[in-house]
Amino acid sequence: MDDGASSGSSTGAIHRELGLTDAEAEHISEILGRAPDHLELAMYAVMWSEHCSYKSSRLHLRRLPTQGPGVLVGPGENAGVVDVGDGIAAAIRIESHNHPSAVEPYQGAATGVGGILRDIFTMGARPIALMDPLFFGPLDDARNRWIFEGVVSGISGYGNSVGVPTISGELTFAPCYSRNPLVNVLCLGLMPIERMVLGRASGEGNLAVLLGATTGRDGIGGVSVLASAGFAEDDADAAKRPSVQVGDPFEEKRLIEACLELLERGLVVGIQDLGGGGLTCATSETAARGGMGMDVNVDQVARREPGMEPFEVMTSESQERMLAIVSPADRAAVEEVCARWEVRASVIGIVTEPPRTHEGTVSDSRVADEVDPQGRLRVFDSSGAVLADVPAASLSEDAPLYDRPMAPPAGLAARVADDPGAIEAPADCGADVLEMLADPSWVYRQYDHQLFLNTVEGPGGDAAVLRLAGPGIPPSRRALAISTDSNPRWCALDPRLATALTVAESALNVACAGARPVALVNCLNFGNPEHPEVMWQLSEAIDGMAEACRALRIPVVGGNVSFYNESAGQDIDPTPVVAVLGVIERLDHRPPRPAFEEGASVVLLGAPSTELAGSRWAAELRSHRGGKLPGIDLRVHEKLLALVADLVRSRGLVAGIHDVSGGGLGVALAECALSSGVGCEVGGVADHRELFSESPGRVVLCSVRPDQVCERAEHAGVPARVIGTAGGARLVVGGLLNLSVAELTESWRRALPDALGERA
Amino acid sequence: MSARIGVVVFPGTNCEHDVVKALSALAGEEALAATVELVWHGERSLSQLDGVVLPGGFAHGDYLRPGAIARFSSVTDALARFAAEGGPVVGICNGFQVLTEAGLLPGALQKNSGLRFVCKSVGLRVCSTRTVLTGALSQGQRLRMPINHFEGNYTCDQRTLDRLRAEDCVVLRYEENPNGSVDDIAGVCNAAGNVVGLMPHPERACDMLTGALDGAPLLRSLLDAADQHASLPA
Repeated sequence: MDDGASSGSSTGAIHRELGLTDAEAEHISEILGRAPDHLELAMYAVMWSEHCSYKSSRLHLRRLPTQGPGVLVGPGENAGVVDVGDGIAAAIRIESHNHPSAVEPYQGAATGVGGILRDIFTMGARPIALMDPLFFGPLDDARNRWIFEGVVSGISGYGNSVGVPTISGELTFAPCYSRNPLVNVLCLGLMPIERMVLGRASGEGNLAVLLGATTGRDGIGGVSVLASAGFAEDDADAAKRPSVQVGDPFEEKRLIEACLELLERGLVVGIQDLGGGGLTCATSETAARGGMGMDVNVDQVARREPGMEPFEVMTSESQERMLAIVSPADRAAVEEVCARWEVRASVIGIVTEPPRTHEGTVSDSRVADEVDPQGRLRVFDSSGAVLADVPAASLSEDAPLYDRPMAPPAGLAARVADDPGAIEAPADCGADVLEMLADPSWVYRQYDHQLFLNTVEGPGGDAAVLRLAGPGIPPSRRALAISTDSNPRWCALDPRLATALTVAESALNVACAGARPVALVNCLNFGNPEHPEVMWQLSEAIDGMAEACRALRIPVVGGNVSFYNESAGQDIDPTPVVAVLGVIERLDHRPPRPAFEEGASVVLLGAPSTELAGSRWAAELRSHRGGKLPGIDLRVHEKLLALVADLVRSRGLVAGIHDVSGGGLGVALAECALSSGVGCEVGGVADHRELFSESPGRVVLCSVRPDQVCERAEHAGVPARVIGTAGGARLVVGGLLNLSVAELTESWRRALPDALGERA
Repeated sequence: MSARIGVVVFPGTNCEHDVVKALSALAGEEALAATVELVWHGERSLSQLDGVVLPGGFAHGDYLRPGAIARFSSVTDALARFAAEGGPVVGICNGFQVLTEAGLLPGALQKNSGLRFVCKSVGLRVCSTRTVLTGALSQGQRLRMPINHFEGNYTCDQRTLDRLRAEDCVVLRYEENPNGSVDDIAGVCNAAGNVVGLMPHPERACDMLTGALDGAPLLRSLLDAADQHASLPA
């Protein structure tokens, strides 16, 4: 190890290159009581990156409600875990892979899928579904088309091959995502409750076994270089491409099967995936969680190429690797399982006891200060030389915590005062409806969305519905509904209210499938946290989410924060993505879809509204991004959720259902019509504002027994009225719309292929 | 005599549990005494079985060419012997690709003409009913079930195509060709009709909750064929 005197000056420049501030570097020296050497500095740099340490957001995230009756594991572990009944636990997590996807769309998206899968099977759960909320710049730009097509093929290429269905997603185009797309990926896994494991190292003398792929130079500094900085204006981003990892879904598939078998047979004490921060993160986190230390021999790590430096081995983000903690007695059995699945297994370290103090007493505070209660993470080479020696927990727990300055964006008040209600009424609302329709099947046809025979409702509906089943899962009549939602247009105007509305919408989507919401995960995509307005947006969004989750009694079981989503100095609109998981107590018929049925009545649940602030019509079709968002009464919304789920579960009462969201009532009616091929005739819609308002808490419902629906709604205290009748081949809204279903369908079907310049 | 059906697992196979689930459920409905089990790719003999399914997935990752490495697995040699002795063999999707690579079925499967992965429901016509997969169906019967592949574009030379037609070896055709397959071919069999390969996934169409039932008669035919095989004198 370098002595302090010689390393002092040289690390001065290095720490900044690694992404550490001068103050952070100083803090490291304080922790160690000496200057860090190069490897130690590299380890702290990745662990204290924004991506790994949440140093700018932790302070705010604490305000989210994380407790609930079914919560088995909340935020902070690899994934949230919820008891979903019948002895089955669901593990769920969402993450972003935005920056890797911006510089290398295919691999960026592919490795995003790989990473989230490992978070799930690390908990002992078999991954059974993926979902991908995606945000891109407009497709009239060639680079945006390249990113879009690359991301979709990356998800398809990895997800299909690894054998986990991609059951749904979300697709948004807006100018702020040009050059900085958002690629979020959610994974849901299932396990018998008793199989749940946590990533802890325990038992002195237990072995740290690295499973899976060899370690290469790909992804060095991925979390610090790539994920924790924004994009410049020119093509300098191309230089960041080597920081993107390369995925191997076949390796991952074998790793999944091997790890699940190891867990099933009880051969591991703890297990942890290698993601951002690589070996440094996995070794220090497992040791710290178990209150232990770990000695790692860096030369035992199987490498992809010769000449790798220890810091490269310890920070590489090579994909498809797991760290298992194994009792020496089980080593042979573990190696045998791995050999069968053709998975490499190398013993790279050993769990150690935290150092004991000779003094033994802690009554003397002077002595206690000198006691190091933490286990040490020590890195050796084969000659026995100590390359790093740090308190394991300091890498995560001592990470800096920033209370960054916050301020509302300049000009926000003026923007909110600028109401889009004053925009001139369209001469032809029909043309505007057609412009807002887009069939996402160009995307999801490239995804296997059916594997495991669970997909009752796949992509394209309000929520995906999955049978609660899977290989090795106890039998159940239950089902899960899940929906991912976001609304950056709203968030740009009022992030607090908008995030509450987004939670409300997501919960309503699962209610439309007949489900009761049980948990929420979030992926908070924001701009540069060094900008006070971005921190204000984050803080507001978290407050809004907390309010809605408390009111609707939905615990937050996990989340991810992605900062530095900016390009050419422009931050993205705040884009908190939420996913609500719901449970359907008994599934014996398919829940209704967005659809009309000949002769049935069309009912609107929820109060009519004429607010256009934050609507797609105003923002996308009229380039008007101002106004005051419509509010929501969360107590009424909770009643609406229960009512909708109850109506949907009553067999024969609801022939079709669709929540009113992007594009308002007009688009909701159009989507019901084109998905069923049946039109409708609706009256009593005052004007274009009522047609395109996206005011929350409204549902279009098609029923042959509208009286019963309205009666139950009245009983629940939810406004409801029959607005028309389904039937025929035209979508007619009196005085506003008159379109043939064929026109709607053609426009909807051609939107994406036309934007991509594909032949009919 | 209880029929035993083996579902082969290569590293990278991913539809094995679905096939076991669908076949077991159908056998239960028919009160057929069939057992369905997973068979590891290292297996050297399949003579204890009465039917074999090669399910979908990405055997050995399929980085080279689908099925190109799986054909060298020891189970593939055993499969060739099992097939030569008349045992019922069905390859679904990746299983079909493996059967063509192993020379147990003619032709090859290349990338879809659209050069993209396609997962969707398609219409099919039954073109031959003399096979272990279509024995319970009628000629010309229309079916709907999902396809889920990147390399499902069936191709063969003209002489092979003529022979397939002449010998009644085209088992299923697409009503609307989704991938560029020659002559709209979705499934073929060998001359004896005991080895069938198809790109669509019948196991994904056996349950109204997930949307379709048309795969069930195909898998029932296979159960019947395995049942008959089990009652043959050893």
